[in-house]
Amino acid sequence: MGSLLSACGINVKKKKVEEERHLRANDREFNLSFKYANNAIKTSKYNVFTFLPLNLFEQFQRLANAYFVFLLILQLIPQISSLSWFTTVVPLLLVLSITLAKDLSDDITRHKNDNHVNNRKVEVLINGELKSEKWMNVQVGDIVKLENNEFVTADLLLLSSSEPLNLIYIETAELDGLVSKPVNVNMNLADGANASLSAFLTFWSYVIILNTVVPISLYVSVEILRLGNSYFIDWDRKMYHVKSDTPAQARTTTLNEELGQIKYIFSDKTGTLTQNIMTFNRCSINGKSYGKSSKKKVDFSWNPLADPKFCFHDHKLVEVVKSGSPEVQAFFRLLALCHTVMPEEKTEELFYQAQSPDEGALVTAARNFGFVFRSRTPETISLVEMGVPTTYELLAVLDFNNVRKRMSVIVRSPEGKLTLFCKGADTIIYERLHPSSSKLMEVTTEHLNEYAGEGLRTLALAYKDLDEDEFEKWKERHHEASTSLEDREAKLDTIYEEIEKDLLLLGASAVEDKLQDGVPQTIEQLAKADIKIWVLTGDKQETAENIGYSCNMLREEMKEIFIVAANTAEEKSRLLGKKSQVVEDEKVDGEYGLVINGHSLVREIVLLIENRIYLTACMCQAVICCRVTPLQKAQVVELVKKHKKAVTLAIGDGANDVSMIKTAHIGVGISGQEGMQAVLSSDFSFAQFRYLQRLLLVHGRWSYLRMCKFLRYFFYKNFTFTFVHFWYGFFCGFSAQTVYDEWFITLYNLVYTALPVIGLSIFDQDVNDRWSFQYPQLYAPGQLNQYFSKMAFARILLHSCYSSLVLFFIPWAAMCDTVRDDGKDIADYQSFALLAQTCLLIAVSVQMGLDTYYWTAVNQFFLWGSLSVYFAVTFTMYSNGMYLIFTSSFPFIGTARNSLNQPNVWLTIFLTTILCILPVVAKRFLFIQLKPTINDKVRHKVRQAKAVPPPLPRKFPRRRISTRRSGYAFSHARGYGDLVTSGRFLRIPVKSRPALFPHTDTCESVRS
Amino acid sequence: MGKKQAGTGPLSRRPDNSAFKQQRLPAWSPSLTAQTVLPTFYILSLVCLFLGIWLFITVENTYELKVDYTNAGTCERCFDLRKHVIASKTACTCTVSFQVPKLFQGDVFFYYGLRNFHQNLRRYMDSRDDAQMVGRKNNLKAPSSYCAPFDFDANKVPIAPCGAVANSVFNDSLTVVYNPADGSEIQVPLYRKGIAWYTDKNVKFRNPPTNDTFTLQQAFEGTTRPLYWQRPVYELDDTNSNNNGFINDDLIVWMREAAFPNFKKLYGVLNRAQGPFTEGLPPGNYTLSINYNFPVEPFRGRKELVISMVTWFGGQNYFLPIAYLVTSGLILVAAVVLTMVYVKVGKNGKNMEE
Repeated sequence: MGSLLSACGINVKKKKVEEERHLRANDREFNLSFKYANNAIKTSKYNVFTFLPLNLFEQFQRLANAYFVFLLILQLIPQISSLSWFTTVVPLLLVLSITLAKDLSDDITRHKNDNHVNNRKVEVLINGELKSEKWMNVQVGDIVKLENNEFVTADLLLLSSSEPLNLIYIETAELDGLVSKPVNVNMNLADGANASLSAFLTFWSYVIILNTVVPISLYVSVEILRLGNSYFIDWDRKMYHVKSDTPAQARTTTLNEELGQIKYIFSDKTGTLTQNIMTFNRCSINGKSYGKSSKKKVDFSWNPLADPKFCFHDHKLVEVVKSGSPEVQAFFRLLALCHTVMPEEKTEELFYQAQSPDEGALVTAARNFGFVFRSRTPETISLVEMGVPTTYELLAVLDFNNVRKRMSVIVRSPEGKLTLFCKGADTIIYERLHPSSSKLMEVTTEHLNEYAGEGLRTLALAYKDLDEDEFEKWKERHHEASTSLEDREAKLDTIYEEIEKDLLLLGASAVEDKLQDGVPQTIEQLAKADIKIWVLTGDKQETAENIGYSCNMLREEMKEIFIVAANTAEEKSRLLGKKSQVVEDEKVDGEYGLVINGHSLVREIVLLIENRIYLTACMCQAVICCRVTPLQKAQVVELVKKHKKAVTLAIGDGANDVSMIKTAHIGVGISGQEGMQAVLSSDFSFAQFRYLQRLLLVHGRWSYLRMCKFLRYFFYKNFTFTFVHFWYGFFCGFSAQTVYDEWFITLYNLVYTALPVIGLSIFDQDVNDRWSFQYPQLYAPGQLNQYFSKMAFARILLHSCYSSLVLFFIPWAAMCDTVRDDGKDIADYQSFALLAQTCLLIAVSVQMGLDTYYWTAVNQFFLWGSLSVYFAVTFTMYSNGMYLIFTSSFPFIGTARNSLNQPNVWLTIFLTTILCILPVVAKRFLFIQLKPTINDKVRHKVRQAKAVPPPLPRKFPRRRISTRRSGYAFSHARGYGDLVTSGRFLRIPVKSRPALFPHTDTCESVRS
Repeated sequence: MGKKQAGTGPLSRRPDNSAFKQQRLPAWSPSLTAQTVLPTFYILSLVCLFLGIWLFITVENTYELKVDYTNAGTCERCFDLRKHVIASKTACTCTVSFQVPKLFQGDVFFYYGLRNFHQNLRRYMDSRDDAQMVGRKNNLKAPSSYCAPFDFDANKVPIAPCGAVANSVFNDSLTVVYNPADGSEIQVPLYRKGIAWYTDKNVKFRNPPTNDTFTLQQAFEGTTRPLYWQRPVYELDDTNSNNNGFINDDLIVWMREAAFPNFKKLYGVLNRAQGPFTEGLPPGNYTLSINYNFPVEPFRGRKELVISMVTWFGGQNYFLPIAYLVTSGLILVAAVVLTMVYVKVGKNGKNMEE
């Protein structure tokens, strides 16, 4: 199929104030005279010439880099410089060049994408003939011709479509691609006190010394370990989907640790929780239930028009159909006639374009059982009934809507028999049955309950033969009603009601809305981890609720499930008020569920009552918002983000989830089946919803743990380092003399402690992945940000303070009045510097050992290697050769040799280490004994169970839902009934805008 | 490994199953259990106790004697004289007598001690030129700017050695005289060489190149002595010509800046070759006579003579033994508390139940 569209390239970017524009379709010369923007897309930031200056300019706008440059300038002033310039310049250059390289590669990718998009071809009508043109050269006013499945990169106005009903199906995707979220790192600068001569200069000298609190290496290390943890996500085989050959992908490297702090998950339904595949599973015809039993698939080869993908597992039904049972035939005839599906025949193959997958499933079922829906015109429906082509005259479509919950068609068979076929929610149909069906009704109800218990979506089917005269009269009234100008809807409803009565029950169908693999288990795990799950869906309330049950979000044992389905703001706010009252009264001691119908989620109402929604909703375990548009999805996320300072995650698969994915702190895209829009705007992507639990409970938790450990340790070691300077200030008259050798200051963060802390923060795991799954509660500390809160920071400060006191005053007291074993000097500055730095390094290394839970060979290598490197480098730098070559850079000649051969030096180092470490050990041991955290408890269990590995996560039995059932098999929007029967569509093509530019609903249904 | 496999097979993008990539590296996961923590505490307590006692015994056998001569004895006069810069060139000698109560057995070390003298002020410490003092010809006459304002004198003549550190060198000379009961006076013989670090004497400090015809004085030509010095650097030691220039032991010792404002620096080692000093420094009365040059009044400092023995553990230093003993006690207390807590709370494992 092809559609003819006209481009009125209204450039998306930089829309100025509304102004009038003049253009003539298909008149390039005229249009060019206005100099409208061209249609090329540009998302790249730099070109060859602007890259370096622009990028550097941007980098220096970052607070951190500006701060380091400022420090560098300070160090270049000799009166102030307490440290040599190289202590800052080397790491700064490193950071700048790494960022430069990263930005460069990003921008190259963007250039490639732009080129790709701009150079896509499109057919443009130029001078009366269609010419292939690049999208970027399309001009305002051009007329273009689009084929099926082509990309559109301009604003277009639809002129005409080749589709019989002039329908076109559009997926709205956002093409702007990647999102990157800026991360701010707060910096605290400590001030140095001063008391000496030139206070001003000394102050700045101290600023230079104290820069070690927030050194550049912090930034570098954070980047490295984020990158490392992202790679672990990419490499995880347990998040690799074999069927689609899709590994998980961390598209953003800066958000890993936030994965360990998720409090709210916002999930799309279709394609995310469910496969968006409806399968006709069971049916009950004339009191007989079909569809259970045998594992063997039914062979449909007798039917040349059968859909090969269709599976059914009950041979009896086929036999009954073949034997010509009138009820069974009527059942499938109904399914083949009563719907709004569009057929499409391509190269001998039959496809259906269904507005909702449920309908598609039912029509396909009928097709396979020998009642093939072949084609339709406004007046007829053509079937192939058991191999015989049959054409029905379509007299009326009594369309579906929310209140009616049913749909009927009135057809005239080739024999001239008038029949009304009706399908709908069982309760609705039951009310309209002829008394003679009451016995069948009882049996069917039993079957319906059984189906609903299996989580299937059920529908009751009924028919009625009509009398010609009766129908004629009715038709007149119907015509009257449908042409009336006032209250048309209400009048039509009454008319419909009149004829839809005394129906004869045929049976019931049951369609399975297939969940993705492992969805209920995943949701249960996440719920145990105290993550609140909100499902935001464009679906109708019943569907959403049903899915909520079948995937374990809503549970029978929940204390109460609030259903808020109101159409006006006042009503809703009143309802909510009542609910929150209930919740508040009961102090949230049970689990609650909430279902909100999005009817009233429109923006004004959100504004009106957002506090209430938030109050109620945040207390509920599970929230389902139905009938929300993509924009509303984003608004709901925004609402929670705004009111609850919690980390949110949005997961979805389609273009309609893009706004939500972008709004949430973390966006996850399900890749594989659908288009790439969700993935392109996401931070993480994988193929299956169930991988989410591994992403959060394992990778997220570890990343958070590692990042916090890293930060805690990093600040500990640097505060300790810096505080020692401060204590020395009391002895050197606050002259900003450093305690350590300048080289040590330069290399401390860069070399001596860099690798061990990176090793710690890349490999550490408190318990392995299996135990993480076994105890989802381990996730809770991350949500409360317990591992790196203000409190934790204060504790680090105290700990550093204590350690620095030990690390300065013990060496001071031990050395201040002593000499070497040969009577020579050892209380000199250089020996003391060496002693102090060795004490510090050993103490922080042992502390690192204490913090490490998971000692891999790499950790051992890094730790011992770094210590060895320290001694090797120290002896080298303090050697004769270095001094004689670079005299003024290495004045510490001989210090290592003369000092480290003294027993009292080593005794001092030993004492400081003991005094730094043992209190920590004692404190931790006491806390483990007296107030063990969940973490301690699980680790205890791990130790006990060393020999016995933890059991695999148990398999969840499919939940039996005894009291719920949904009679839903219609599209959630109003159907195409009007379009199908009225001939208007051929003349007035752009009548039904919602179908042309769908926001959510059609989008979802079109995708099937 | 590491690279994605080429080709487009059905599993071409499957990640490798390596222990590293799947985060399954074999690892040791120690944790703080009673079985590890408690024994460690008891053992460390014992170790500290043992070390503390051992060090304490060692230190007990080490003597040290401090004689403050700032304004003691006849030095009051010199002390006052040195308050005024005008009289800085006037020579002043004085004596202080003191008593040694006990024999200092073995090698005895004589130190001069300064109190409240901040050799560790940043700008003071930096005010030196190592390149000059390692005897580089170019640097000799072009002192580093770090030495300012002690790099050139008023006539723009380069100063050698330049800088505040060298300028402020300790220039008292000390002589100790033993006064035995018989009324005689025996000067205590001191080795005044070999008191600096070997690496300092041989590597860090060197004179500009000289030879038989080119004397040290000639080598230093074109430089001037530091402002406060009474002699040029090549004439520091009258008695030993090898002890002149930058490699003068006293200068080297001084140039090794002290870490703290109170410090002592080696002045000489007792020469036990003869007389009453073969055993060490005998008990009795002594007189210290001082060539009093170094002013301490401006910084409210004190000067002292320190006589000390050394052991393997260095000089007399009570801090470490006492610190070890206290630490041992603390660890023991902590160990007992932890044991009690463990027995009461943790032993039956109830605290670990959820």
